[in-house]
Amino acid sequence: MTELNKLGLAGARDALRSGDVTSKDLTEACLTAIDGAGALNAFVHNTPDVALAQADAADKRLAAGDAPAMCGLPIGIKDLFCTKGVPSQAGSRILQGFLPEYESTVSQNLFDNGAVMLGKLNMDEFAMGSSNETSVYGNAVNPWRRGNDDAALTPGGSSGGSAAAVAADLCLAATGTDTGGSIRQPAAFTGTVGIKPTYGRCSRWGIVAFASSLDQAGPMTKSVRDAAIMLEAMCGHDPKDSTSADLAVPNFEAALTGDIRGKKIGIPKEYRMDGMPEEIETLWQDGIAMMKDAGAEIVDISLPHTKYALPAYYVIAPAEASSNLARYDGVRYGHRATLEAGDGITEMYENTRAEGFGHEVQRRVMIGTYVLSAGFYDAYYNRARRVRSLIKKDFEDVFAQGIDSILTPATPSAAFGLGEMTDADPVAMYLNDVFTVTVNLAGLPGIAVPTGQNRQGLPLGLQLIGRPWEEADLLSSAYALEKAAGFVAKADKWW
Amino acid sequence: MSIDENTAARVAKLARIKVEPEALPALAQEFNNILGFIEQLNEVDIEGVEPMTSVTPQKLKRREDVVTDGDQQAKVLANAPDAREGFFAVPKVVE
Repeated sequence: MTELNKLGLAGARDALRSGDVTSKDLTEACLTAIDGAGALNAFVHNTPDVALAQADAADKRLAAGDAPAMCGLPIGIKDLFCTKGVPSQAGSRILQGFLPEYESTVSQNLFDNGAVMLGKLNMDEFAMGSSNETSVYGNAVNPWRRGNDDAALTPGGSSGGSAAAVAADLCLAATGTDTGGSIRQPAAFTGTVGIKPTYGRCSRWGIVAFASSLDQAGPMTKSVRDAAIMLEAMCGHDPKDSTSADLAVPNFEAALTGDIRGKKIGIPKEYRMDGMPEEIETLWQDGIAMMKDAGAEIVDISLPHTKYALPAYYVIAPAEASSNLARYDGVRYGHRATLEAGDGITEMYENTRAEGFGHEVQRRVMIGTYVLSAGFYDAYYNRARRVRSLIKKDFEDVFAQGIDSILTPATPSAAFGLGEMTDADPVAMYLNDVFTVTVNLAGLPGIAVPTGQNRQGLPLGLQLIGRPWEEADLLSSAYALEKAAGFVAKADKWW
Repeated sequence: MSIDENTAARVAKLARIKVEPEALPALAQEFNNILGFIEQLNEVDIEGVEPMTSVTPQKLKRREDVVTDGDQQAKVLANAPDAREGFFAVPKVVE
């Protein structure tokens, strides 16, 4: 068998269990693919020694008949996850040299399940960005190109390295995190599947914090089935995260019937934006037709406060970030500026943070500081939190009407060129998350599924939004959409 | 609300990020663009709406108030830019 790195989780798991391949075979295939893919800049810290040791242990477990779902499957881990003894920089200069003394709960859950870590994946600095262009490691590059045009495109962000690595078959799957769309937007830009579960499903312990009331981890995979397998291994109650939900984790894969007959799928009129490209509108209409053909009932719905989600997010997320990132002070870990004679502790803080944080992170920390400062707290921060309550209520109202899930575009465009947005207003970049950010504000599960390609051959994705804690039902609906769309295209290898 | 250079400098100071004086006009302009976008929120009727505190309503778990962790001085200090004699070292704080 050749090109084992092109397998998905389910296919590789079945091949391992039947004894057709070993974890060592799979792992070596991925390590070779990674070595040949430097041009994508997806993996930024390679851990071949860890991977081969874990693969060896997994092969022993498999031989002994003790093989959990992820046993022996090689994956990539986003740089935002703290991994014991392995660089974990959150894509930032300020965490250069940081070697965690502990393992994040999600990566530990995956390792307990037998998963193999190939290395750490590129991302926007502190997960702040939609194009992977704010990373200290430089841009990650999308394996997809516009037809024969060799212009480098963004894989999206912030989980851009994860998306590029999965799309280019450098790993079987990867972890991502999603604060405003950072799993779903890159998945849509790369023809992969990404799910952000309900807030509280995955423990946030050991994941570098950006905006704690919005951050959630999730899997980025080659299929909906793979997403179900990996999500189940990642989530579960964790006493170390007080917001982690003490709920039983369903068998998500067993729930993948793909039977959506009689399900009510809501189509929110507010997601039809002015100036939305025709290809996105067509994609959405095609998706609606697919769900209808599969037996779902299509219902027009209204989520009246949608328009205010992005402005509310750009108060709440920077506010939380300014608080969370206060810990990077040059004292306990990471970068410390070289001090001049006579410099005191204030100069140390100010120089350390000016040198260690990139431009976008500095901007968001300062916006957060401003909206939380005396005299503006009510006008900005409390107002945004009240609007957030209304956005959540919009969803509660439609779910109370019997809607099972909501179908929307995942992104307002296909992947754009690296550098194309450099001179644009920061707000123009923020619009990338216009369809995804509502889901974080309401704490709901959302999944991006590739369902088509534009005229230039770039992948496009749709998003399904589910009821809280009903990821199993959401995944099954996504499975139906995936089957109907039959998206199988892959990027032509140029790297 | 318009942010001038003095306000931008004050925010940078509060955030403990050094910003060179020549960078302040552009920074103030960026703040104004973002805050202009945020000010759409003023259109929303929020009368009687409570600010969200927890997105998934849940009662936080309680536990006995006892020590559950500790005795990890070497691990705690392992990543410090400057650790001496079992402590984090910083420039002189008090004259």
